[in-house]
Amino acid sequence: MNFETTIGLEVHVELKTLSKMFSPSPVEYGAEPNTNTNVIDFGFPGTLPTVNKNGYRLGIMVALALNADIENHTHFDRKNYFYPDNPKAYQLTQHDRPLAHDGYIEIEVDGETKKIGIEELHVEEDAGKNTHGNDGFSYVDLNRQGTGLIEIVSKADMHSPEEAYQYLEQLRQIVQFTGASDVKMEEGSMRVDCNISIRPVGSSEYGTKVELKNINSFNFARLGLAFEEKRQAAILKTGGKIQQETRRFDEKSGETILMRVKSGNEDYRYFPEPDLPNYEISDEWIEQIKSELPETADKRRKRYINDLKIPEYDAGLLTDTKEMSDFFDETVKFNANPKLVSNWLMGEVNAYLNENHLELLETKLTPEHLAKMINLISDGTISSKIAKKVFQETISNGTEPESWVKEKGMVQESDPAVLTPIITAILDNNEQSIEDFKNGKDRAVGFLIGQIMKETKGQANPKIVNSILMQELNNR
Amino acid sequence: MNYLNETIDSLHQKLSSKEITAEELTEQTLENINKTEEKVHAFITVNEKSVDDAKKVDASGIHDRLSGIPIAIKDNIVSDGILTTAASKILSNFVPVYSATVLEKLEKAGAINIGKANMDEFAMGSSTETSHFGKTFNPWDLTKVPGGSSGGSAAAVASGEVIAALGTDTGGSIRQPAAFNGIFGIKPTYGRVSRWGVIAFASSLDQVGVLSKRVEDSAEVLSVIAGVDEHDLTSSEKEVPDYRANLNKDMSGMKIAVPKEFKDQGTNPAVQEQIDIALAAYEKMGVTVEEVSIPAIKHAVEVYYILASSEASSNLQRYDGIRYGFRAENIKNISEMYVKTRSEGFGDEIKRRVMLGTFALSAGSYDAYFKKAAQVRTMFIQEMDAVLKDYDFIMGPSTTSAAFGIGAKIDDPLAMYMNDVLTIPANMAGLPAASVPAGLVDGMPVGLQIIAKPFEEQKVLNASYALQEENKFYEQIPTAMKGAN
Repeated sequence: MNFETTIGLEVHVELKTLSKMFSPSPVEYGAEPNTNTNVIDFGFPGTLPTVNKNGYRLGIMVALALNADIENHTHFDRKNYFYPDNPKAYQLTQHDRPLAHDGYIEIEVDGETKKIGIEELHVEEDAGKNTHGNDGFSYVDLNRQGTGLIEIVSKADMHSPEEAYQYLEQLRQIVQFTGASDVKMEEGSMRVDCNISIRPVGSSEYGTKVELKNINSFNFARLGLAFEEKRQAAILKTGGKIQQETRRFDEKSGETILMRVKSGNEDYRYFPEPDLPNYEISDEWIEQIKSELPETADKRRKRYINDLKIPEYDAGLLTDTKEMSDFFDETVKFNANPKLVSNWLMGEVNAYLNENHLELLETKLTPEHLAKMINLISDGTISSKIAKKVFQETISNGTEPESWVKEKGMVQESDPAVLTPIITAILDNNEQSIEDFKNGKDRAVGFLIGQIMKETKGQANPKIVNSILMQELNNR
Repeated sequence: MNYLNETIDSLHQKLSSKEITAEELTEQTLENINKTEEKVHAFITVNEKSVDDAKKVDASGIHDRLSGIPIAIKDNIVSDGILTTAASKILSNFVPVYSATVLEKLEKAGAINIGKANMDEFAMGSSTETSHFGKTFNPWDLTKVPGGSSGGSAAAVASGEVIAALGTDTGGSIRQPAAFNGIFGIKPTYGRVSRWGVIAFASSLDQVGVLSKRVEDSAEVLSVIAGVDEHDLTSSEKEVPDYRANLNKDMSGMKIAVPKEFKDQGTNPAVQEQIDIALAAYEKMGVTVEEVSIPAIKHAVEVYYILASSEASSNLQRYDGIRYGFRAENIKNISEMYVKTRSEGFGDEIKRRVMLGTFALSAGSYDAYFKKAAQVRTMFIQEMDAVLKDYDFIMGPSTTSAAFGIGAKIDDPLAMYMNDVLTIPANMAGLPAASVPAGLVDGMPVGLQIIAKPFEEQKVLNASYALQEENKFYEQIPTAMKGAN
């Protein structure tokens, strides 16, 4: 029996706002527990939510970037359930009239482009966090409570773990380039739940779906889905039935593990949130946000290839993250040669980041410094050997390259008027070498250059030295 | 100090002429409250810090008409540093860390929070008998209920403990006790007053209002507490008039609609007689009174109890014993903590409504109950709007009877719910509505209800003022208070 796979993904993305979506508390990752809170986040009696307009704006940006239709008349609903990290015992979400619907993403699998539909996007609030101490107590941290999320619900359009992986990669990149979210799996600003079912090829009905939760990376999603395909097929082949259940992916064993069996649908008793009036989104506002939408990764890639003549592969790497792409654009703005900037970012900069386990923005390198350094090389002020020292200094300590090079006496000597007398003097003292040169012994040139470098303390521009030397030698 | 024969005007005179200091006034008020509480028990908490607050007012000067004047605050309005219980065991130890916007506004105007008034638990009830902290007694007859849920606020005013009190009204909780206590009470338009810091019962219906013996005193307090609030997105940006300065009793040329459905709801003929006398008085002032039909009124009680209980079932879920309030003891796990805390912390009426609301919102019954009720609510709005296009007011009795005996209805929830039948329509449509004393039935007061278009509080106040100046009911002293002043 052959099976076909159906996958749908629910992705939560944390909106990058300064304050929370439904309260004025600050949003900050990694703060001391319960410091970024106020009476609203604690669900104190008498408190009411407010709506962060900028959060809504970011949500609309993502919806536009995902080609979705924006709803003009949205409102919030309450999703009721008890849990200690949910202080009001209801979550503000959009059940009935979500922010947007019917979008899509294009992915590429095995050289073929495929459209994956997006069912809907809605704005909702994040919950707090429970931790279970060794002392027998459970602790609640409400720092995250009330932070804005958008949930992006795909259509069940994916048919392989690879398609799901590509969808996630593409979605991450698209959202990241809007600037609406950091989309970092490791910080929880992007979270993925997968729904997967299989059915015999040709069957008109979907199989029973299984949900995968608590997934820590896109790769684990791919591995977990692949494991599920096999597990479910094995059950069906032996005449078994798939249970409707929630599973998690175990990174060590590479298997999925049962968390809980679902018994019917949970009843969240959704109803319109009476504390917030309907949220109206005018067409003018949508148009304005559209006009402010940052350039997508795809457009940037094309611009790099066509306008800046960056090789396709490099352009792809440069647009992998918004950080890198923004850094590249900024550096080029400081009149640095795009190809050289690209080479440095792909080469030395990446190597440095990998070596030190840092993100680009965590280093002290600035686009302006990188551009200056590259231009110092281009105009011959420093040698590429010196440049490596300058780079280490600049990226580690944030030192301004031009003044540092001067201060350290690393400026390359390229002036023929200075170099020529030095070269002629050395030639005058090394008749034997001239002789050797004339007799075709190339080693002589190397020896002479060594002498010149020694004399100039390594600061002579090798190119210029070479050309003057050859000229002088031929004249003798 | 007893306030039976005072007004904000007379108090302000005494304070600004230094005949009395705010400190003295507060001390004397506390003395009188201590004495009167033995009879009426209108307060859950008497504010011990009020004398200090009054000293501060004295130090900064009588800068405002409300400066130095003690006011009672219903105990579902949170007060920073002062016990706020909503009359529930589950909040019996809850001391808020912030104050409601209405309280902040009053305090900014120099008013003194003299204490937190008794009420039905979480404002669910019509008799103040569901309070965890004991019953309140009607100053006109101590064997009768003061109404509810703002029964403490109403009794505190009627007994002369305070000049005015804040109440809240979700389905009649200001107007019904005002009627039962022979005083004035106004529920403003939904959105006129901020709900920030008001412990939610039914968020789409709750509204803070004022109770006082005299219309002009409520007008004055309402001007202070009304207005837009950035903390409450349902509050209106409409400008707040100076209701007291604009108060006048000229009613000539106005039109009153009297829905026949108000009579059909079993209104006691003796009550109706007092209402008819009031309406006749308006006619003498040159007002046209006509009977109309608002069919939706027939569904008021069932629609209200579905919608209000649904919202309440969600609003009251936060009382879980985790972050504040009462927590049951000897619990083994989280689920037991929820169950025991809520079983022990909530009274029967709360449990009844939480169950009703939870049922109405459940997947299998949402369409038949919540959704249907929401549709009927829209009908209410349309039918009342239509009548108010042609008429200035909708008027009728505030209640079907005068105050009933303590214990008479507490075991019959349906009979208790029917108490709100005449007041619910204004909440359903979010309209401003007041109850103004109309007369006595067997020695107990009854009230005329006055409803107008959204944000026409001024008109409601003016019509109330016109009747007040006609019947001068405020001259009557509640039976149990005679000789008190």
